[in-house]
Amino acid sequence: MLDTNDIGKVFDPTTASVEKGRLSRFAKAIGENNLIYLDDATAKNAGYDDLPVPPTFLFCLKMDVPEPFANYEKIGVSLQKLLHANQSFEYFNTAVAGDVLTFNSVIEDIYAKKEGALEFLVEKTKVVNQQNLHIADLVTTLVIRN
Amino acid sequence: MITFDKINVGSFLPALSTEKISRTTLALYAGASGDENPIHIDIDFAKSAGMDDVFAHGMLSMAYLGRLLTNWVDQRCIKKIDVRFTAITPLFAQIICTGEVKNKEVIDGQEIIEVLVEAKDSNSGEVKISGMAILNLTENKSN
Repeated sequence: MLDTNDIGKVFDPTTASVEKGRLSRFAKAIGENNLIYLDDATAKNAGYDDLPVPPTFLFCLKMDVPEPFANYEKIGVSLQKLLHANQSFEYFNTAVAGDVLTFNSVIEDIYAKKEGALEFLVEKTKVVNQQNLHIADLVTTLVIRN
Repeated sequence: MITFDKINVGSFLPALSTEKISRTTLALYAGASGDENPIHIDIDFAKSAGMDDVFAHGMLSMAYLGRLLTNWVDQRCIKKIDVRFTAITPLFAQIICTGEVKNKEVIDGQEIIEVLVEAKDSNSGEVKISGMAILNLTENKSN
């Protein structure tokens, strides 16, 4: 069971470098063939300093740590029971290859439905780059099926 | 080029159809995304969790929704994407992504449109992901 006392808990910030190799592997994995995401010159012609980070890849960079689920497991979440319920991204600036991003996450809410059969964990993450430029806010809602 | 004037409420974005989701798709996505939750790549783990088989990452289909949008407008137009994962996407499913313009409005001089985005199983039509995207077309540079 989750503990509502963990509402407001701030996770240790994580950082991730945006590497071109990762971007091209991600593009391949999602079937992306738009050259803006694959070719430096095309990206630069479109006004980016380098290959742009596609919209949902910020979620992946957030998990780019040795133990991406450790924070959840520490507060009592079991991976076997875990499903992704909601995800939002609000964008302020586009991150590009070469950026170093910092992810600051806080548990925004914990609540239960169906007399505890379903528990929900809402995590909000602010993403900034190496110049402290606000890139995006992510809100992830996870459901634990007890 | 997509312009605010030419977009009507009720019109649809060009749909995006994907390849069938195979075990290879999931292995590639796990590696590229860093989401290595074994429930998506290890049938033994999936069975231990009471599933018949591995199933697709929800974020894979959300990435397809991202492609739906960036095929249509410059990524810098996307201000917000907010979705709910409504059903698990099984192996071998084929996803079709759709977008329908629900609202258009000029707010503080910015041309804002709201798009209902959905990822569905192309066979059954079952909705896997549903949500809204908010786009600012004022500085659309592509297409």
